[in-house]
Amino acid sequence: MTNDRSQGRHRRAKKDSVANNSSTITGNRALQIEEPLIFEQGAKGRTGVDLPAPTDESTAALGGLERDKPIGLPGLSEPEVVRHYTRLSRNNYAIDIGFYPLGSCTMKHNPRLNERLSRLPGLADIHPLQPESTVQGGLALIEQVSNWLKILTGFPAVAMSPAAGAQGELCGLMTIRTHLMARGDPRTVVLVPDSAHGTNPATAAMCGYQIESVPSNQRGRVDLNALQARLGPDIAALMLTNPNTCGLFEEEIIEIAAAVHDSGALFYCDGANFNALVGKVRPADLGIDIMHLNLHKTFSTPHGGGGPGAGPVVMTNELAPYAPLPWLLREGETLLLIEHPERQAKTSFGRMRAWHGQMGMFVRALAYMLSHGGDGLRQVAEDAVLNANYLRVGLEGKYTMPYSGLCMHEVLCDDEFIKDTDITTLDIAKTLIDEGYHPMTIYFPLIAHGAMLIEPTETESRQTLDQFIKVLRAIADQISSGDSKRFHRAPLHAPRRRLDETRAARQPNLRWKESTPTSSPRK
Amino acid sequence: MRYLPHTAEDRRAMMTDIGIGSIEELFKDVPNEARLDRPLELPNHADELSVERHITGLAAQNVTAGAVPCFIGGGAYRHHVPAAVDALIQRGEFLTSYTPYQPEISQGTLQALFEFQTQVSLITGMEVANGSMYDGSTACAEAVLMAGRVTKRQRAVLSGGLNPLYCDVVETLAQFTGLEIEKSRPNAPTRGHHDTLALEARVNNDTACVVVQFPDFFGVIRDFTALSARCHEQGTLLIVVVTEPVALGALKAPGDMGADIVVGEGQSLGVGLNFGGPYVGLFATKEKYLRQMPGRVAGETLDSDGKRGWVLTLNAREQHIRREKATSNICTNSGLCALAFSIHLSLLGETGFARLAALNHSTARSLAEKLAGLQGIEVLNGAYFNEFTVRLSRESAPVIEELAQKKILAGVPLSRLYPDRKDFKDLALMTATETTTDSDIQALLQALSESVL
Repeated sequence: MTNDRSQGRHRRAKKDSVANNSSTITGNRALQIEEPLIFEQGAKGRTGVDLPAPTDESTAALGGLERDKPIGLPGLSEPEVVRHYTRLSRNNYAIDIGFYPLGSCTMKHNPRLNERLSRLPGLADIHPLQPESTVQGGLALIEQVSNWLKILTGFPAVAMSPAAGAQGELCGLMTIRTHLMARGDPRTVVLVPDSAHGTNPATAAMCGYQIESVPSNQRGRVDLNALQARLGPDIAALMLTNPNTCGLFEEEIIEIAAAVHDSGALFYCDGANFNALVGKVRPADLGIDIMHLNLHKTFSTPHGGGGPGAGPVVMTNELAPYAPLPWLLREGETLLLIEHPERQAKTSFGRMRAWHGQMGMFVRALAYMLSHGGDGLRQVAEDAVLNANYLRVGLEGKYTMPYSGLCMHEVLCDDEFIKDTDITTLDIAKTLIDEGYHPMTIYFPLIAHGAMLIEPTETESRQTLDQFIKVLRAIADQISSGDSKRFHRAPLHAPRRRLDETRAARQPNLRWKESTPTSSPRK
Repeated sequence: MRYLPHTAEDRRAMMTDIGIGSIEELFKDVPNEARLDRPLELPNHADELSVERHITGLAAQNVTAGAVPCFIGGGAYRHHVPAAVDALIQRGEFLTSYTPYQPEISQGTLQALFEFQTQVSLITGMEVANGSMYDGSTACAEAVLMAGRVTKRQRAVLSGGLNPLYCDVVETLAQFTGLEIEKSRPNAPTRGHHDTLALEARVNNDTACVVVQFPDFFGVIRDFTALSARCHEQGTLLIVVVTEPVALGALKAPGDMGADIVVGEGQSLGVGLNFGGPYVGLFATKEKYLRQMPGRVAGETLDSDGKRGWVLTLNAREQHIRREKATSNICTNSGLCALAFSIHLSLLGETGFARLAALNHSTARSLAEKLAGLQGIEVLNGAYFNEFTVRLSRESAPVIEELAQKKILAGVPLSRLYPDRKDFKDLALMTATETTTDSDIQALLQALSESVL
């Protein structure tokens, strides 16, 4: 069900591909191998795991509910499975391959030591319901990560269980809401800046709040006057990212905090961008009440193609009584888990997920923090901000930036410099793919037109940044010389050309089905 | 510092290019009073060997489940994960990529997600599945919230057989959404007893959903066909929770019993115990509810050359587009764990998965039969898969602790999860999987006979 226009586009594109793609019998191109779905491979009865035969085939204890028809899983041997996933992996860009300046995602190097340690059987092979006496080392590890996070942020308490940043936000807002209820002060509205991550308003809605947007000023920061005008007895909290999603430090943050507190509201900080501040600024010193940290950003636990992450939440003593279960308490030499609303934890707002937290991420984050130390973490923030500013200066004159002056760990460009051309931000991103880069974050934050948000991180060398600047400047020159053809066609050299997202959404096909074979995997 | 490429000379040159005389100038927007002008009370950086020593020291203080007889389940299960799983997920292309925002250079992750969605749909007997949630418990809570959106009703009924931690998570995450959560009282298993009748009686035309677990927290296996009929008669959704997906290799799929949403904990396949996280939440439903489903989803499409490919799709449900009107706030999910799950299931295939399930069940039967022969122990389940409830002749928590001192992880004392239930104090959950050996069982029987008599 492609419409006429997109069919036309496909026809044009096919001509491109004929020009570009000297055809092979297989559709493969040397190292780039077309890989069918796993369901289109293998043979019935084949397996990649040897298991002993059960001693007893009886199904009498299955309550009459034994499976009565096949599932439909394909059968593959280990070599076939290894090859399948190895081939798939080669269709992915990754930090290990090259520069991945995806703004607001902090794509820094993932140390391999951390992977090794997270797999130590004494940490990876312990059950969350083992008696506490048998997991004191595991609990001590959680305590040590907590201590590092508390010292780095200046807060006295931390909730370790949230599974990712968005769950950390929910933890923060539930803590705030429970605190407000306990003080007999129900409030109904959460304020979110217009530059915020989409998770902020979505989280506030899950916590039962109405959401109102706070405008940014011409300098890309929260408009303090507008904020003050809106604060009042119905405002429960302000959710603010700092540095904000424009890569700018909220320079009036102390005044913002004071205004929020004067109105009786609480100040939530989205800590997604803590990489700019770690070791340099303690968020507690800025007047923030509660804040989540993304261990998969600042503390380098791998992003894994979309998680798992971890989103611990640091908070003030005022809010700590409402933090989620479980709580970790030390009594002398012994660490205890408080898993129910008992003893001092009666005030907790509840439990956000089963078990105690993302232990595998805690191990990696602790290894990361120990490796860097206090001195190295401070250097992380300095180098991350240095690299972003180096890119900013390198791009000046060719790229337009909505807010002039220094940036923090990421630099925001808009599409003002291409407004009189037929090239879009998307075209530039796809062209960068052909040049061997992962594109920056595009079209976010929403307040910058055609946004390009570039976050280099501290683990990139000067040579990498110089090369990237050279490429981006050359792209700008190609655009201004009127050479638009490559931009519309890009990417030409990726495993796939531009994919039709409209088609995917209009006729959703979310799984392989035997009865309705999909279009041929090879053309 | 081994992870930071800049030399002092690099930094000086870069500062010159930027036009600053010191790094501090880059932080000039930070109010003076908030700038740290002193080092924090933290140790300085350390070499690999020192870090490894420190963390290995912490690991050594734990009793590793795989090093001792272990019979603990209760929502997380110890299984053998084939070596190929970990080798493949450690490929940098999977490990160090992120959410596939640029599909042309993320086809590996996207195709793997599409295959994962297909596998989850197949084993649960459902039409569609998403690309994963954080874990089974949050998937369960999201399913309840989704049922509220689909039915526009405010009342959710949780079975007493639902993992009590999952009940807590549902209650917590729903507490400010206007949904009313009604919990059915948990009962210890009794042979022949079916509490689905009691659940059927609670379903009426203001019920958004009924949530049951299969097999349930006490290990009991029940047929939900009649319950689903009752639910559908009233316009209520049936949510089936699976915390041990290996069971689906031996048991009827929840979709075949009329489930509207199936959620699960995928940890058993590919992931490992990890002291509770990270795990991977499974989420499957019927196609007609697709646009109310939370979470990322990969869909098939064509590229501009007409080649098949995959993209993240149905983004209009999600927070980055929909903001406060999104189906969930979830963003980062559990991608790498979903990949591990998928690789493990691909290695098993149809025959391996069925055999793994049969092996778990036969080992559990062997354990149950031997326990039943001990004086002072009663196995309460009639039907079970690889886990069941036992009644001891005395309180179970001290028995489990005594056995732990003898390096036997004997099971889960139910008092840990139901501290208020005096009638559960002598109950424990015990689990056997393909990793359980005869000598593990002998060691358990020996130690138990010393402790319960």
